[in-house]
Amino acid sequence: MATSTRAPVHRRPPARDRASSSLELWTWFFMRVSGLLLLFLVLGHFTIMHFLDGGVDRVNFAFVAGRWASPFWQTYDWLMLFLALLHGSNGMRVIVDDYVRRDAARAFAKATLYTTAFVFLLIGSLVILTFDPAAGGASILPGP
Amino acid sequence: MQGRLGTVYRGGAGQWTWALHRITGIGVFLFLLAHILDTALVAFGEEAYNRVIAIYTTPVVKLFEIGLAGMVLFHALNGVRITVIDFFPRTARYHKQLSYAVVILFFTLMIPATFFMGRSILKSL
Repeated sequence: MATSTRAPVHRRPPARDRASSSLELWTWFFMRVSGLLLLFLVLGHFTIMHFLDGGVDRVNFAFVAGRWASPFWQTYDWLMLFLALLHGSNGMRVIVDDYVRRDAARAFAKATLYTTAFVFLLIGSLVILTFDPAAGGASILPGP
Repeated sequence: MQGRLGTVYRGGAGQWTWALHRITGIGVFLFLLAHILDTALVAFGEEAYNRVIAIYTTPVVKLFEIGLAGMVLFHALNGVRITVIDFFPRTARYHKQLSYAVVILFFTLMIPATFFMGRSILKSL
C-alpha cells in the first residue's frame, strides 16, 4: 500500500542571516516596498492613460501641460520615475549577476546599467521639474 | 535535469512564475527607458511631442499596449505573492495556492482590460 509522505518543511533562517551583505538585505527590502508602491503608482498611471475618458487617444502636449500644472501629478510622476528606475535597474543587476559569468563582462554590463539608470533619472527629473508650457516645453531649453 | 542548457529543474508553478517574473521585468524595464525618452520630448515643444506620442494611438502599438498591460499586471501580482511569502514565511506552505490565485486574478483583470483596449483598437482602424 502506498503511503503518502508530506515533504519536510525546511526552516529557512531569517533573511537577515541569509543575506550575504547589508547591501543585499537592503535591496531585498527595497524591492518589496518599492514594488508595493509601484503597484499602485503604475496601475493607477495605466488606468488613467488607457481606461479613463478617451484613453490614450486624448494624450497630447496640452494634456501633459494640464496634468503637470498640478504639484500632485508632478510628485506622482517623479516618484514613479524614481522608484521604477531603481526597482528596474536593481532587478537587472540581479539578472546580470546570475547570467554574465565573466568578471570583465559583468563589470562592463553593470557599469552600463548604472550609467543608463543615472542618465535616465536625470533626464526624467529635469523634464518633470523644469516643464513650462509657456516657454514651449522646458524652462531650461530655449523656446521654439 | 542535465541538458544542453545546463541545469534545468522540472519545477511546477514556482519555476514558471520565477521565469515569467524575470521576463516581464526585463520587458517592462526596456519599455520604461523608451517611455522616459518619448515623454522627455515635451521639453522640446508641442510639435515634437505630439508627433511622437501619436504613435501610441496606432493599432499595432495599441496591440503592444495590451501586452504591456499583461506584463505589468503579472509582475505586480506575482510580486505581491513573493512579498507575502517573504514577509509572512508561514504562508510558504500555501505557495501553490498563492500561484493559482495570481493566475486567476491575472485573467480576471486581463480579460476585461483586453476587451476594453481591443475595442479602442477597432475604433482607431
